[in-house]
Amino acid sequence: MRRAILILVPYLWLLALFLVPFIIVGRISLSDTALARPPYLPQFSWDEGIWAFLSQLDFENFWFLTTDDLYWKAYLSSLQIAITATFFALLIGYPIAYGMARAPEEWRPTLMMLVILPFWTSFLIRVYSWIGILSQEGYLNQILLWAGIIDAPLIILNTNTAVYIGIVYTYLPFMILPIYSALDRLDGSLIEAAEDLGCSRLQAFWLITVPLSKNGIIAGCFLVFIPALGEFVIPSLLGGSETLMIGKILWEEFFNNRDWPVASAVAVVLLLILVVPIVLFQRNQQRQAEEDR
Amino acid sequence: MTLRPFLQQGRPDLPATVFAPWADPNQKPLIRFQNVTKRFGDFTAIDDLSLDIYEREFFALLGPSGCGKTTMMRMLAGFENPTSGRIELAGQDIVPVPPNKRAVNMMFQSYALFPHLTVWDNIAFGLRRDSMPKIDLQRRVEEMLKLTRLEKFARRKPHQISGGQRQRVALARSLAKAPKLLLLDEPLGALDKKLRQDTQFELMDIQEKTGTTFVIVTHDQEEAMTVASRVAVMDEGRLIQVATPADIYEAPNSVYVADFIGDVNILEGTVRATGPNRYHFTWADTGESVTAASERPFSDGQTAHLAIRPEKVQISAERPEGAENAIKGKVHDIAYLGNISTFHVRVAGERIIKAQSANTRRITNRAFTWEDDVWLSWTPTAGVVLSD
Repeated sequence: MRRAILILVPYLWLLALFLVPFIIVGRISLSDTALARPPYLPQFSWDEGIWAFLSQLDFENFWFLTTDDLYWKAYLSSLQIAITATFFALLIGYPIAYGMARAPEEWRPTLMMLVILPFWTSFLIRVYSWIGILSQEGYLNQILLWAGIIDAPLIILNTNTAVYIGIVYTYLPFMILPIYSALDRLDGSLIEAAEDLGCSRLQAFWLITVPLSKNGIIAGCFLVFIPALGEFVIPSLLGGSETLMIGKILWEEFFNNRDWPVASAVAVVLLLILVVPIVLFQRNQQRQAEEDR
Repeated sequence: MTLRPFLQQGRPDLPATVFAPWADPNQKPLIRFQNVTKRFGDFTAIDDLSLDIYEREFFALLGPSGCGKTTMMRMLAGFENPTSGRIELAGQDIVPVPPNKRAVNMMFQSYALFPHLTVWDNIAFGLRRDSMPKIDLQRRVEEMLKLTRLEKFARRKPHQISGGQRQRVALARSLAKAPKLLLLDEPLGALDKKLRQDTQFELMDIQEKTGTTFVIVTHDQEEAMTVASRVAVMDEGRLIQVATPADIYEAPNSVYVADFIGDVNILEGTVRATGPNRYHFTWADTGESVTAASERPFSDGQTAHLAIRPEKVQISAERPEGAENAIKGKVHDIAYLGNISTFHVRVAGERIIKAQSANTRRITNRAFTWEDDVWLSWTPTAGVVLSD
């Protein structure tokens, strides 16, 4: 009995916070758009009964997603942007995590603090401030012009480059922290043993450090990739007209077109795409937990 | 390998060769520390130290933690460089040679086995770096697995085997490249006592079979005495005594060594010569006098210490007849250890002298019990007179 209650609690939690919203979104995605409040039909009424209601639902919106190439192009473009951004986050995050793990013991809390510090400010404000840095009259261009590196201001804002910068900047801590935790646990004598057995510093890094931080790398990549895929604030604030991301499309469908059913269909497909990396991430975490035991 | 017979003893048809290259001036040392000093900031870890270690030796660096023994080993492996001085391996200065280019391998205290690789791949790791042909590599790894009796565990990962097996993997891995010199950093520290004793003999066997020079770092004097051909007792970055285990134990050169190795009674007093190599030792605490033999010369009235091992002190109810040195005391404490008993005997009021006797017979009643009056006696050669 007690066990049943104990198991019930997380299931109720999942039900309330995941399954119920998902069913609502799913139900809207199967409806038709209408000039009404809320802007879709059918509405459930007790007079007509559940079957009359269900018979009015259809997959028309999902079909619509395949007819307009905007949607699948947006999905693909989002995937491409998320993968590229994850790659750059790894490229920048790994050396930072490595440096932190190798730093003197007394410095580490400070360095950790510096990584976490940005979270103390609103995410929205931080993305806005990048506009001030990247715009044509922004700080970056001013510095580069002043230093004489460029003659004319660079156009970064409202391009994909700005989106990459925004995503990498925002999600970098999620890359650094799991890698740091993996590297921090790495026994320094393993590197010495590798060198003792004939490895150069670089070989020891590739043969020992990288494989032993693999779980951290995988965790970090998923933690960046998953939110980056559905990102809409960064592309809508920093991106331009060419920036095609599914999160932005979703936003526009919902708020600009007021087409809730199509927006919901977009969201359901996005979720289905995300289930794959989320499951892979969970499996990685589980395997790591088993290895640690 | 030219091992010259050093001592011929017993039957002449059986050449009893005592391994003692350090006593042969024609032998070239494999390792030579020349006036090596190592400082970490203000701290002097190694202080102007010179030492020769010969091929095929099983050499033990023994000392308390912080005495510099680990620093010595890390300098041999190449993880630390001396602040000044020269370290030679087979006549070549190895100070500028990085660790991955030295014919020296190390067995780490934590074993440092690569957790993501199998036992087989751990052992093959060093050989792969030398891009050894596959056939040879396979043969060498199998050979190492056989030597350390690990054939059955070749496909397991380090976390799937026991501590003792991990220790053997670490040994196999460090021996696989057939180094000129193998360094062992507290190799048995993580094993329990029983396994440690078995492994000590296994280590000696393997050392003999492979003919590799071993340098072992340990704080366990029993371990050093068991495995080593020579022991260097270190303290505060200096060598106090370098000698065979027997010499270290029976003829320590200082109170520090006598006290560090095994159990010992140390008496303070003054000496006066009574004949060739014979001295009268007057105990400062009681004024009692005993006779002691010493090869080392002392001047009359010089303060000295007399170090006597407890097992060389006899305990008896009556004063033994003809005993040159005998002191009366009272049994203060008895430690029964099964094979031996140690008696703490209070003499001259305050001082405690330890005497050991072997329990050669099964007895229900002890010969002596607490507060018994007893006599302690020892021969003039039982103790060592030390000057400091």
